[in-house]
Amino acid sequence: MENKKEKTTIILFSGDYDKAMAAFIIANGAAAYDHEVTIFATFWGLNAFRKEQPIPVKKGWLEKMFGWMMPRGAEKLSLSKMNFMGMGPKMIKHVMKKHNALTLPQLMEMAQEQGVKLVACTMTMDLLGLQKEELIDGLEYAGVAAYLGDATDAKVNLFI
Amino acid sequence: MNSNKVLDAKGLACPMPIVKTKKAIGEIESGEVLEVHTTDKGAKNDLTAWAKSSGHEMLKDTEENGVLKFWIKKG
Repeated sequence: MENKKEKTTIILFSGDYDKAMAAFIIANGAAAYDHEVTIFATFWGLNAFRKEQPIPVKKGWLEKMFGWMMPRGAEKLSLSKMNFMGMGPKMIKHVMKKHNALTLPQLMEMAQEQGVKLVACTMTMDLLGLQKEELIDGLEYAGVAAYLGDATDAKVNLFI
Repeated sequence: MNSNKVLDAKGLACPMPIVKTKKAIGEIESGEVLEVHTTDKGAKNDLTAWAKSSGHEMLKDTEENGVLKFWIKKG
């Protein structure tokens, strides 16, 4: 195509299951609109990009503690409301199945299939003690300047 | 109404109908018509907006027994 593609960017700051779902639904929709889509994950949003299994990497004591306390991967995230010590996510996943809605891991897979660019914020990876090996494949690693580079010529820029 | 391809997106929830429609329209030629069946109530507004901004033409839409049908001409 000759004409330049529209762009959409989403900052995923939240590590809540429901908010991450919203982010990935919008990302998939924008990709269907043929936009170039970027999801920039920072702080708790990075947990959506964690691999489920523990990866042996060298870490300090505090970083290890962070690693234990934070959810390991998209499936483990909690709800922003009505989490009820983990009962909430179970209930909502049941309802989602009934309504044939895609789960967060499925939405993420579809986003990657559609060419959505997933970026992990390297500064907050350092803060939370997360290393590349612990995050899913297919990510790019960057900071605020790279995000602004994408956002500057995008018409849709969201912070979730 | 004649169509060159039929997409069955019945039972699928947002954002699947639009994602599948985008994929399906990529498989037909410009000027050909894609027929989409869906049960998602948001689909009418979704597909109309999508077709408009993606340069396609919504020729017709119908609703029968909760099934929404759309005919989209590829631009």
